Amino acid sequence: MWNYLKEIFSGGYSLLVGMWITLRHTFRRPVTVQYPYESLKMPARYRGHIQLVFDAATGQPKCVACMACARACPSNCISLEGHKPEGATRRVVSKYTLDFTSCSLCGLCVESCSFDALEFSKDYNLAATKKDEYVMDLMKQAQGKQEK
Amino acid sequence: MSLSHEFIMGLVRLTLYVVGLIAFAAFNAAYLSLCERKVPAWFQLRYGPKEVGPFGLLQPVADGVKLLTKQLLVQKGSDVLLFKLAPVMVITPAIMCLAVIPFSETLGARNINLGLLAIFSFSAIHVLGTMLGGWASYNKYASIAAARVVAQNIAYEIPLLLVIVALVMVTRTFNLHEIVAQQAGAFWHWNIFRLQASPLMPLAFLIFFTCMLAESNRAPFDMIEAESELVAGAFTEYSGMGFGLFFIAEYANIVVGCSLATVLFLGGWHCPFGLLPGLHWFMIKMYVLCFAVIWVRWSFPRTQFYGLLNLSWKFLIPLAFVHLMLTAVMLKLA
Amino acid sequence: MSIEAQTLHRETFILNLGPQHPATHGVLRIKLTLDGEYIEDAEPVIGYGHRMHEKMGENRTYAKFLPNTGRMDYVAAMFNTHGYVCAVERLAGITVPERAEFIRVITAELNRVASHLLWVGAFLIDLGGFTPLLYTFDDREQILDLLEAVTGARLTFCYYRFGGVCNDIDDDFIAGTRKFIAHLRSRMPMYHALITKNIIFRRRCEGIGPISAENCRKYGATGPVIRGSGVAYDVRKAEPYSIYPRLDFNVPVYGQGDCMARYLVRMDEIVESLRIVEQALDRLPGGPVMAEKVPRILKPPKGDCYFNVESARGSFGVRVVSDGTDKAYRMKLRSPCFSNLSLFQECSRGMLLADALALLGTLDLVIPDIDR
Repeated sequence: MWNYLKEIFSGGYSLLVGMWITLRHTFRRPVTVQYPYESLKMPARYRGHIQLVFDAATGQPKCVACMACARACPSNCISLEGHKPEGATRRVVSKYTLDFTSCSLCGLCVESCSFDALEFSKDYNLAATKKDEYVMDLMKQAQGKQEK
Repeated sequence: MSLSHEFIMGLVRLTLYVVGLIAFAAFNAAYLSLCERKVPAWFQLRYGPKEVGPFGLLQPVADGVKLLTKQLLVQKGSDVLLFKLAPVMVITPAIMCLAVIPFSETLGARNINLGLLAIFSFSAIHVLGTMLGGWASYNKYASIAAARVVAQNIAYEIPLLLVIVALVMVTRTFNLHEIVAQQAGAFWHWNIFRLQASPLMPLAFLIFFTCMLAESNRAPFDMIEAESELVAGAFTEYSGMGFGLFFIAEYANIVVGCSLATVLFLGGWHCPFGLLPGLHWFMIKMYVLCFAVIWVRWSFPRTQFYGLLNLSWKFLIPLAFVHLMLTAVMLKLA
Repeated sequence: MSIEAQTLHRETFILNLGPQHPATHGVLRIKLTLDGEYIEDAEPVIGYGHRMHEKMGENRTYAKFLPNTGRMDYVAAMFNTHGYVCAVERLAGITVPERAEFIRVITAELNRVASHLLWVGAFLIDLGGFTPLLYTFDDREQILDLLEAVTGARLTFCYYRFGGVCNDIDDDFIAGTRKFIAHLRSRMPMYHALITKNIIFRRRCEGIGPISAENCRKYGATGPVIRGSGVAYDVRKAEPYSIYPRLDFNVPVYGQGDCMARYLVRMDEIVESLRIVEQALDRLPGGPVMAEKVPRILKPPKGDCYFNVESARGSFGVRVVSDGTDKAYRMKLRSPCFSNLSLFQECSRGMLLADALALLGTLDLVIPDIDR
């Protein structure tokens, strides 16, 4: 009988404590980030989709089309072409396509690059209505960014 | 045949009351559902709805439009008549209960002598409606919920009525208007503090509140919805306004329960300090209780079904009996 | 059997719980044979999220399998990667620099805390309490922020490499982690007051869903499930790996075997993991985070290796058989959730539906980890 009563009182007390805790949280600031109005700054190492790095001096991509990234990709979503212009000392990339639909953002391509020619974009607003929009032409994208 | 002036006036008043009560129930359902989203948002460090209208105040309108434009799907194999009747059977008694509640000294649709009895006889119907809805849905989750709702409501009707019987013994009337009138004055005249009638009065209020939560199927006693066990329980197959009516009925039942608690225990329209009695005091008390209902829901996990029945049979009913006996003895001695 | 019992008409019905059901947390389907609300039989049906991870491991080079490991148990992705890289390192004879080992333990234990916090919230959802989920997610987000700053991702980290880790941790991370440890320690009393002491929660958990140590052994259950049944089995102590033998930590064990015991094991593990992280941060040595001379295309010598790590859900094992080429000949992944789920059929017999779902919740299932 005594235990029964004790249980009831301690139980009722625990319920009051629970309600007090939820009430106390009412006065804390909400932690929600109001996304379309405010957005968080992505950390420096955030792994978005990849983009080409341009040489500041020449304005050309640093990529030499060595295909290391395409070979390192687990999902085979990188395809690129390169050629060696006459008189140049190294190859240049002429076409770089990323099929973002199968990219798993693992970052192995960036690690495999010995020329620091690839980097992660900080862009995360990547919704699209068509599948084709995810087949990204990185050359075009990078030029568009440079013009801006 | 000429209609007498009084007859026409009576008809106009009747129409006004019916429209007014339905509007009151619908308005409360709309804005309590907004509270149901805003209040837990504060508890949980969120903002809640804030896009539709200023501070999200038009959110219920958007919800209502959404529910109205959805198709009411009827599953193959379900009992169509009962399936469509069930939401009506749930919402009608809830609105009828409001008819006898005295909101203030002068405001109240009907002041009948057996008001308290009327409320309890009407509120028993919604159990039947929920059960039929669950059963007619032709869905296993809904059938389980239909079986649960009967057991739950029978278990909680008993302590509720025992508490009411003890209260009626003290007040000697079933008329809600008179019950409030007896509690005139400052807060120590309220029934909840009538310790000379029975020292267990505050506990009786707690029993009443708990039973009211269980009767209106609110968390932590929401056995019939139990979304992590039964998906949506008895309402699984309902869509559009069919579900909307259940939804409105849930909040109408909360309003009825909280109003009744205010009338029976908290002195109705009387001010706690004996100043300016009126409708506003009734509303403040009722909405504070509604807030408590929401608060309880978002603080606790759901009880287990047998735990729920045990709470009623092993704790609430014995306690209500003790309270009843004590009241009887005290009345005899006084 | 008496005559009444024989002639009594008993009817059961089959309830298809899932693949879409709020309590199964994903695409798990359980075929329940119910007698009223009592369970006569519960047959888990799995495979809706099967992606052939093991076969993929045999068809691509060792490095290319790394991103896959984070996608099995995505709630605690560090451990899968940890088990896999350790297995391959042992096979290829790569020694990992000490700093990298420390970083691995720090990030893995932070991930364990994040996983347990998520579990506490999700378990309370199973029991019908919504608010604790938001509180635990608030704390978990802070861990994910810390890990994101280091690894670049919030869930599928893909952080460990053969011979080390791909990024070094910086002072911001160390300071942030220390701050977080203090913060979470101050939050634990709140969780215990809100959840553990709550009478409704206690009634839903104490004595509910008992699993005997015998059953755990029979079905190969590991992790908090077996520790809640009174068996002090923890891979970190039983087969020590990485720097765990050098750290001082306890393995919480509760003997009751009910839902409450498994819940308490996880709550205590959060505290123990914080202790581990703190010690590792204190002793963090300098130096490189990658072993030198790890070939880009790894070709381990012929051999067979099994490596076990203690994941947030139990013992996660990787068996790699190498035939000397750049691809594994055989890859076997032992996921803890699969074994933990196996005992559900036997243990749930005769339970109420609501209790069985509480039991299912305490097994802490991540469905893609079962299906792989």
